[in-house]
Amino acid sequence: MTDLETFRSETRAWLEANCPAEMRAPMRGENDICWGGRNWQFQSDAQRRWLQAMAARGWTVPDWPSDYGGGGLSPAEAKVLKEEMAATGARPPLTSFGISMLGPALLKYGSEEQKRRFLPEIARGEIRWCQGYSEPGAGSDLAGLQTKAEDRGDHWLVNGQKVWTSYADEADWIFCLVRTSSESKHGGISFLLFEMASPGVSTKPILLISGNSPFCETFFDDVKVPKDQVVGEVNRGWDVAKYLLGHEREMISGMGLGGQGSLGAAVAPVADPLLRAEIAAFDVDSLAFAAMSEQFLDELKAGAAHPAMPSLMKYAGTELNKRRHELVMAAGGSDTLEWDSERSGGGKAAREWLRTKANSIEGGTSEIQLGIVAKHILGLPGA
Amino acid sequence: MSALLTDDQRMLVDSVAAFMADEGAIARQLRHWRDSGCKDGFGHALWKQFAELGLTGILIPEPQGGAGLGQAEAGLVLEEIGRNLTPSPFLTTAVVAVRALDGSVQAERWFPGIAAGDTVAALAIDEGSSHDPAATALRAERQGNGFVLDGAKQFVVHGASADVILVAARTGGSPGEHDGITLFAVERGAAGLEVENVTLADSSKAARLTFARMAVDGDAVVGEVDGGWAPLSRALAAGRAGAAAELTGVAAGASAMTLDYLKQRKQFGRLIGEFQALQHRAAHLYGEIKIARAAARKAARLLDSGAAEAELMVAVAKAKAGSAARLAVQEGVQMHGGIGMTDEHDIGLYMKRQAVLDELFGGPRFHAAEVARLSGY
Ligand SMILES: Cc1cc2nc3c(=O)[nH]c(=O)nc-3n(C[C@H](O)[C@H](O)[C@H](O)COP(=O)(O)OP(=O)(O)OC[C@H]3O[C@@H](n4cnc5c(N)ncnc54)[C@H](O)[C@@H]3O)c2cc1C
Repeated sequence: MTDLETFRSETRAWLEANCPAEMRAPMRGENDICWGGRNWQFQSDAQRRWLQAMAARGWTVPDWPSDYGGGGLSPAEAKVLKEEMAATGARPPLTSFGISMLGPALLKYGSEEQKRRFLPEIARGEIRWCQGYSEPGAGSDLAGLQTKAEDRGDHWLVNGQKVWTSYADEADWIFCLVRTSSESKHGGISFLLFEMASPGVSTKPILLISGNSPFCETFFDDVKVPKDQVVGEVNRGWDVAKYLLGHEREMISGMGLGGQGSLGAAVAPVADPLLRAEIAAFDVDSLAFAAMSEQFLDELKAGAAHPAMPSLMKYAGTELNKRRHELVMAAGGSDTLEWDSERSGGGKAAREWLRTKANSIEGGTSEIQLGIVAKHILGLPGA
Repeated sequence: MSALLTDDQRMLVDSVAAFMADEGAIARQLRHWRDSGCKDGFGHALWKQFAELGLTGILIPEPQGGAGLGQAEAGLVLEEIGRNLTPSPFLTTAVVAVRALDGSVQAERWFPGIAAGDTVAALAIDEGSSHDPAATALRAERQGNGFVLDGAKQFVVHGASADVILVAARTGGSPGEHDGITLFAVERGAAGLEVENVTLADSSKAARLTFARMAVDGDAVVGEVDGGWAPLSRALAAGRAGAAAELTGVAAGASAMTLDYLKQRKQFGRLIGEFQALQHRAAHLYGEIKIARAAARKAARLLDSGAAEAELMVAVAKAKAGSAARLAVQEGVQMHGGIGMTDEHDIGLYMKRQAVLDELFGGPRFHAAEVARLSGY
């Protein structure tokens, strides 16, 4: 047996022994996601045990170095773990912006001290992060942000407002883009970390069309931030911000698509031949996209992916996910329009359908992604 | 199984790409044979060159004189063929016929000629205007130790140039069933076989065949009597995956030409590639082609490894590659404006080739229906 085959059989045995049965049932919706953090209330004892068992092996972040709380696995081993988790039906033990966004940016741009301080806590799910990028006047034109951090000798003084901050009211910390110089648009931005419990930080939830309220307006009023909480160089935060956005786009492109299988099989039988044809056409596109996702992951691991590829994946994956939910609604007919009945699971289908409309907005809109592909991959001219 | 090309595959692509862009170029091959009214639609000298490079025997096992490579490698060759619109019997002969004959006694008879670039093969399945192999109705009745074939086929690509035609006929069962189909290898010039050589929209040739009580020997049977579905579906899977690969090449060729044009053509004092309406469509198209290529390559890898999901992925690949290439040629002509409608410009040739390849071995709707059937709905 090769080392990899040994690793596979050991991993399979370990998952068999350690993944609680409840954590092998498919997730029923957003409520089954484990986010972690100081204020996290586990949905069940199984959810807690599963997180602890995985975190103890560093397998919440299998490919991070073990010095920083990761599993220290090679790309090939991490792939095996992923495959075996899928085969067991194991749920992700932890989902967090710390893992999918901030962690990779810290690994690349953080100081040694920052890595040792934050990464292990992220890996164990002890700290929940939110992302302070967007502002009322700076959405797609992200570098137009105005929130200011002034150098006050022994600390930064932060003033301004963020918007669309997902889970700001539940987060422990924020990673935040602030203006530290007004001399140049992209060159005056810094990447700052601070506690949401700092005096002067306040949040106000915003209700979404899905009826849920996962995001907030976030206000900073003379917030004092220690000097050593800038990631990367002062005024060079745009590089960190863009790198992190690449990871965010990768994450969003896979959202809701991985492992869902055939839509037609899920909603069958479909009596209407026109709808059945649309669903079959969707399944073709979705299975082809899955092939592309596998290739993209292999390219990433080999360091062979074009830096703008996450934009393409995000665009294609999110447009597909929106189409999937349009078809789910069509197949379900009036049943899926019930908003509060027990049989509709409290309007699960409708709420999820509405939520997917954000997929092509959050993390940079589809239009912005297409612009990036056109310019950076295809080399088309223009600003 | 990684989705990245191996070093050997990369080398194959490099050498084939250079060969196809030079020897197989549009002006030198497609336009030349079209404008000279060639009855084959391709040049036999080029087919011989394919053989010298080892391409005609790419799927023939090494002990039988071939290169013993797989569908993945054949697909890479087809991508380059598609990119340059190179006319050749590679898909019908080196891919489809070799897969159909593989392991049968007929292989001994035909593999040497295929490997040498002397033999051209064709597959005769379709009887109506849309692809549906299970619907095969052409009768083959036993007579002595042979059979008598009665019926008609159409869309037999290279049918008039072929030295051997693989014909799906019904020896049992009824149209719609898989059982009862038998595959025959019919030789050129057989008495009772009437061949009408038809030029298709893309200047390739596809015959209409009429079998009027045509007698064949028992030896002509490929595989088992009544059991032709097995070699036929093996050949069709290879042909579909191959056509998908060629379609992604067609799409890539058309879109490269279009992108060049977007970077050159000026209107309103600007390069048209600066207009966001075109940029976004070009970026969307780029994604569709990447996705289609990933699907086609995955289908080929799965066929090579004999995986159970291969059949599903082949259907996905053929459908997706057809749609992506259709978008590529339609955007290609549109973004070229008036010049895209002229015969002098090559972009229209891509449009015509896409249409033929799209229909060959089943179009996107046929294969979407296959995806539904294989997924159980
Ligand atoms: C559910 C959800 C969660 C989010 N979570 C967070 C979060 O946690 N943290 C955070 O910081 N932000 C978050 N966002 C914000 C998100 O990143 C922004 O909404 C997004 O970048 C778009 O900005 P905007 O809303 O200001 O739209 P605008 O930029 O005003 O865009 C409006 C429209 O104009 C189009 N447009 C703009 N510029 C161009 C252009 N150059 N070319 C073509 N079209 C253009 C856009 O595509 C869009 O269709 C979240 C958003 C949503 C919906």
